[in-house]
Amino acid sequence: MFTYVFRRSTQSMAAVVALLVLVFFLARLTGDPAYLYLPLDSTEAQRQAFNELNGFDDPIYIQFFRYLGDLAQLDFGTALSRNRPAMEVTLEAFPETLKLATIAMALALFAAAVVGSLAAARPGGVFDRLATTISLAGASAPDFWVAIVAILVFAVSLGLLPTSGTGSALHWIMPIGVLMLRPFGLLTQVVRGSMMGVLSQPYIKTARAKGVARRRIIFVHALRNALLPVITVAGDLMASLVNGAVVVETIFGWPGIGKLMIDAIVRRDFALIQSTVLVTAVAIFVMNIVIDLIYAAVDPRIRHQQT
Amino acid sequence: MTEKNSLLTVENLTVDFHSAAGAFRAVNDVSFHVEQGETLVILGESGSGKSVSASAVMGLIDTPPGEIVSGRVTYRGTDVTRMSEERRMAFNGSKVAVIFQDPLSHLNPVYTIGWQLDEVYEVHGKAKGAEARRRSIEVLRRVGIPDPETRVDWYPHQFSGGQRQRIMIGMAIALGPELLIADEPTTALDVSVQAQILDLLKELQREEGLAIVMITHDLEVAANMADRVIVMNAGEIVEQGRARDVFAAPQHDYTRRLMSALPDESSYADHGIAKTAEPILQVRDLSKTFTLSPGLLRAPKSLRAVDSVSFDLRAGETLGIVGESGSGKSTIAKMLLRLTNATSGEALFHGNDIFEMDRAALLKFRRRVQMVFQDPFSSMNPRMSVFSIISEPWQIHPDILEKSRWRARVGELLEMVGLKPEHADRFPHQFSGGQRQRIAIARALACDPELIVCDEAVSALDVSIQMQIIELLAELRDRLGLAYIFITHDLPIVRNFADRILVMQAGQVVEMQQTEAIFRRPEQPYTRMLIEASPKPKWEQPKRIPA
Repeated sequence: MFTYVFRRSTQSMAAVVALLVLVFFLARLTGDPAYLYLPLDSTEAQRQAFNELNGFDDPIYIQFFRYLGDLAQLDFGTALSRNRPAMEVTLEAFPETLKLATIAMALALFAAAVVGSLAAARPGGVFDRLATTISLAGASAPDFWVAIVAILVFAVSLGLLPTSGTGSALHWIMPIGVLMLRPFGLLTQVVRGSMMGVLSQPYIKTARAKGVARRRIIFVHALRNALLPVITVAGDLMASLVNGAVVVETIFGWPGIGKLMIDAIVRRDFALIQSTVLVTAVAIFVMNIVIDLIYAAVDPRIRHQQT
Repeated sequence: MTEKNSLLTVENLTVDFHSAAGAFRAVNDVSFHVEQGETLVILGESGSGKSVSASAVMGLIDTPPGEIVSGRVTYRGTDVTRMSEERRMAFNGSKVAVIFQDPLSHLNPVYTIGWQLDEVYEVHGKAKGAEARRRSIEVLRRVGIPDPETRVDWYPHQFSGGQRQRIMIGMAIALGPELLIADEPTTALDVSVQAQILDLLKELQREEGLAIVMITHDLEVAANMADRVIVMNAGEIVEQGRARDVFAAPQHDYTRRLMSALPDESSYADHGIAKTAEPILQVRDLSKTFTLSPGLLRAPKSLRAVDSVSFDLRAGETLGIVGESGSGKSTIAKMLLRLTNATSGEALFHGNDIFEMDRAALLKFRRRVQMVFQDPFSSMNPRMSVFSIISEPWQIHPDILEKSRWRARVGELLEMVGLKPEHADRFPHQFSGGQRQRIAIARALACDPELIVCDEAVSALDVSIQMQIIELLAELRDRLGLAYIFITHDLPIVRNFADRILVMQAGQVVEMQQTEAIFRRPEQPYTRMLIEASPKPKWEQPKRIPA
């Protein structure tokens, strides 16, 4: 297992480096940061001085090598827009996103497993049709629209929940609810399909012949087998939550990494763009390895191929 | 005929399956009974409805699409088709248990066998935790799993096919049921393993007084196990009686047809090939080594699948290659068609080494050598019509036949394999297994080959169909002068057909002889075991005194 994790990590590291190179050059295509950081009536000389101070006047390859040199010393640069070390800012925002994503994902996965399994138990039944309708709606509703409508209904009209920001437990409800909608919808569909396949497997017949109760057959015998394709999809969705809750974070004013990244791009804060991309990329690679390990934990056949 | 105090009684059972195409009657007015401690064999080919009545006993017929139209199934006087869900759960596994054909797919792949065995005790409230585990280990020992203390924590995929069936049997007998339903329990197993499983079932029956309902299509297995036999065809019982009577003097036409499909010991192949003819194929020291990918804690291992195999094949000759699964026999077929490369050795086809051929030579070679695969269901593209399947070789080799003559030739080929020219526009799914294998043979013949390699070409078919296909192959051989390499795990089946037989075990040639010599004077113990492993009729077995 160690060798496996090591091999996967080295492969991932190569991809992270490639990504950083790409981001470095792409970020610099957005334009001259001096125009954003200095007052509108600043002179050419002032802008020149600003660029010299920050090293933006050097040829781009020199900047790149300096960046690599700094990286090697774990110096991720200074976030110009906040005048603080870029990595410090990033690592403050990242846990906020991670908490939100993990809770939303866990709830979505749990709900999808229960709803999808029960729907598959009696395909074509009332519960199945209801579950299919709801999950399809959940999977297709655009989250920015749902978020705004939710604010309008629950915060503005009913006054039950705060519109945005953080602080109390109540602040969590809407962002999590909106975030889990899409994963819930998609995962319910996957669980349902996979479950229907598993329930027609011969070993389910064996369980029935043993005298195992119906509920236990579905949730113990079948569910673990049915989860295998679900884990793959859940992993993809989780990756998009970790870096892509941008819309939801912006609407609800959630101080997460998605919002931070957007701010950094808008303000041409190169160091901050690079550090946010680095952190999310590493997080996604770690998650992929974790998903492979979960896969092996659930399916012994995979485990024995590797060990 | 039905006795009042029978263990199990099935009376006038009729079961339909509903689909979009309408209702299909799977069993029609079937009645039989099972007595304590006896073995009843339900014999029939696929689609005869032989498994359906057993599923009715266990409540495994899904309704819908199934429907028990009429009839009763009573176990010790209680109707089991009208049980509540709770009584059904208590009944299944404790009174009546079942084992199935393919033990790998019938065991849950993600739980250990210990977990699956413990569960039998736990859901029936007989034992829990450590006590359940102790009993599970005991049962595993009982059914002959070596070192059960360790293996109880293994997963199904870590066992061999025979061991998995032993585990299934263990799970079935765990609670000491009175009736065991065995649905084709040995069909997926090698002959030598089959004999062990049948012996285990008989031993358990002797010791526990278990009644067995055995469902099979295999006449030899049926004769080996049965006290009484029921023969089913198209959902109806066509004959029943004491096993010895049914086998010795079958009354019904269908039973007689089934019995005549058994390979006959007295007739043997002799179609007079010129012994002096030049060999068309010379195989010398053919070897294939597979390198297994290294694991995390494991050095790369290599597996010698085929080890220095040599033989000659003359024009018009039939060579049977016989071996159990894993013996390397299919790897030889793949190498001879260069579907995979040999690790070492050579195979000369008319003097040219198959493994040295360039693209052009290989294309020519593949015209002369064709293959028929085991599974006629998956080896044909379901979206191609029979016409396109058979005529495809002519698109690849445009010089065989000009396009205007394709349709006529497809018709000829179909007639040659016993089908009709108008079948050309149908699709594979509209044919039965035997008919599909005929189409596969027609496709092979389309190139006018000299040699056809048949890899388990009849293994997926019912017995009566098997003999028809072999007869067809023999007839084509005599008419067209074809040579065959016929690969099979079933030694008796090639007796009437092969000129010579090559027996393989673990990649090596154990023995190669003329067919009759191998049956009459097998030189190697392994060959003798293969011949003797075919089950003997129960009435010819030495009587054993019950313990």
